[in-house]
Amino acid sequence: MKQTFTSPDTKGYYGKFGGAYIPEMLHRNVEELQSKYLEIMYEKGFREEFNALLKDYVGRPTPLFLAERLSKQFNTNIYLKREDLNHTGAHKINNAIGQVLLAQRLGKKRIIAETGAGQHGVATATVCALKGIECIVYMGVKDIERQAPNVARMKMLGAKVMPATSGSQTLKDATNEAIRDWINNPTDTHYVIGSVVGPHPYPDMVARFQSVISEETRWQLKEKTGSELPTHVVACVGGGSNAAGAFYHFLDEPQVQLVAVEAAGLGVNSGHSAATTQLGTAGVLHGSKSIVMQTEDGQVVEPHSISAGLDYPGIGPLHAHLFDSGRGKFLSATDDESVQAAFNLCKLEGIIPALESAHALAGLNQLQLNEKNVVVLCLSGRGDKDLATYMNRMDA
Amino acid sequence: MNRIEQVFKNKNSKVLNVYCTAGYPKLDSTLEVMQALQESGADLIELGMPYSDPLADGPVIQHSGSIALSNGMTIATLFKQLKDFRKTVTVPVILMGYMNPVMQYGFEKFCSDAAAVGIDGLILPDLPQYEFETEYGAIIKKYGLDFIFLVTPETSEKRVKELDALSTGFLYAVSSSSTTGNDKDFGAVETYLQRLKNLQLNNPVLVGFGIKDKQTFESASKHSNGAIIGSAFVKALENSSDIKADTKKFIANVLA
Ligand SMILES: Cc1ncc(COP(=O)(O)O)c(C=O)c1O
Repeated sequence: MKQTFTSPDTKGYYGKFGGAYIPEMLHRNVEELQSKYLEIMYEKGFREEFNALLKDYVGRPTPLFLAERLSKQFNTNIYLKREDLNHTGAHKINNAIGQVLLAQRLGKKRIIAETGAGQHGVATATVCALKGIECIVYMGVKDIERQAPNVARMKMLGAKVMPATSGSQTLKDATNEAIRDWINNPTDTHYVIGSVVGPHPYPDMVARFQSVISEETRWQLKEKTGSELPTHVVACVGGGSNAAGAFYHFLDEPQVQLVAVEAAGLGVNSGHSAATTQLGTAGVLHGSKSIVMQTEDGQVVEPHSISAGLDYPGIGPLHAHLFDSGRGKFLSATDDESVQAAFNLCKLEGIIPALESAHALAGLNQLQLNEKNVVVLCLSGRGDKDLATYMNRMDA
Repeated sequence: MNRIEQVFKNKNSKVLNVYCTAGYPKLDSTLEVMQALQESGADLIELGMPYSDPLADGPVIQHSGSIALSNGMTIATLFKQLKDFRKTVTVPVILMGYMNPVMQYGFEKFCSDAAAVGIDGLILPDLPQYEFETEYGAIIKKYGLDFIFLVTPETSEKRVKELDALSTGFLYAVSSSSTTGNDKDFGAVETYLQRLKNLQLNNPVLVGFGIKDKQTFESASKHSNGAIIGSAFVKALENSSDIKADTKKFIANVLA
């Protein structure tokens, strides 16, 4: 397979990043996925079922909304790709449906997932309920506390939520626990990874399932502006799945500027940050080689972000490559800047964004925009799950 | 002939390899534990380098790693502790760890420093075959270190043969597809080990994961060249106030 930005080489590398750094215990499962995922995903019956669910169950296509008052504030043209309007409230369901359908075709009977903000957990629990499959979601103890509404939703949907108590008790540790579960259950289980991270083929597979975001954006933008190509696409990056989906069909269009916004936490150099490309170095985390926040001794450090979905010390290998090659522009927004950007969107457009998506909005402040620019911003999710955090900030 | 080969030349059954975590239970107990293991009759020592995210390890070894890290253990510190260890420890020692800390230390520098202090081999469970063959294998070989691959009951016969061909020292047979420290039914394990034996591999086979006492050690050894004890020994040291005595007692029970 020839390598472009949209597809890694046959070993799963995007430039220097990717691969499948997994213990032998996972080899059979990962190899089975590597050898079958493309064939299954592009099989006609699969496409039909996937597309029908995206349309009638999720509610796609999601609108591309010209945010006029926000545009005016930035003296430009800002279109919001409304992933927040998906069933379950975020882009995560695009991937969850794809992987659960794929797992069924692999004959798997049990689904496991990790979750940070709980959106991927809720999406996976939802699809498992729809398909009548057992679902176990690993979630860091700290995230269980700060994303309580999503924990309740998962339980109501019949999933078992397993607290991850090791390390920083957030997304990284939930991912470790999910991987260990997979090692201990090698035959009947599929692991639905929620972002473009993990061993090959996950980064490519998840990017392809999320690529529906930019596929729709192209024709929607053409209808609205006469051109399929914006000047900028902006998205937040935790592991990077909404960004991968929003960028995907523009990756090989060099005139489109791709802007990824990471979580700076209390400030990039505060010691409490999750801005991986600024603070990290090349390393291996969760089965792929990428950029990782770590000590000199190679111990992965505990990140910080107000947003549970961005509180992760790595990024997917595609994004590491976009950063390394200069194809992507990487910015970061602090907790405070993001909360402010969320309130700003509420006030101007009547939309409460997820804290994760609020980072993308905060990134707008750092771009030099003018009236000729056409900016597509991926509003990856809605803010219902974050109301407690927002209310605390409003009182303060 | 290197030390690992020598062990298997002298003894081709019931070879006992014991895992311990560097810097555990105390930062500077590493050497004391290794000496105690040798005196108690361990044939090989697998020395674990602690890592924040040890995917292939179960709760007991993870916990020992967290303690070692909070004790301040690093790869650089470990090599300092091992500087003169060959004056007292003569059994083969294999370093076990994960790719990320080793890459961060510098892969070649790591191999060079390991060989210089007298380490015999490496186990890096998340170093994949492809990267081993294209990049890292040659560096490991350059410094004369053995590299031990893992196989599991899920590993196909063809792949077992490939990994056997790439391994030197011995082949590490994971008794079931699981993280370390898990209890599994040993009947199925025996069938699997018999299957491995029938493949007539180049390397001796040591069985790991779930070996914890005399009984499991002996049933694992029945169809292989020996076994590796990890979590059970780590647990035995958890609150140890006398490492030498507790190690002796533990190993004596296994070899009784
Ligand atoms: C709404 C929303 N956006 C973004 C993310 C971050 O994930 P990713 O970077 O994979 O899009 C999450 C993760 O939980 C999320 O819930």
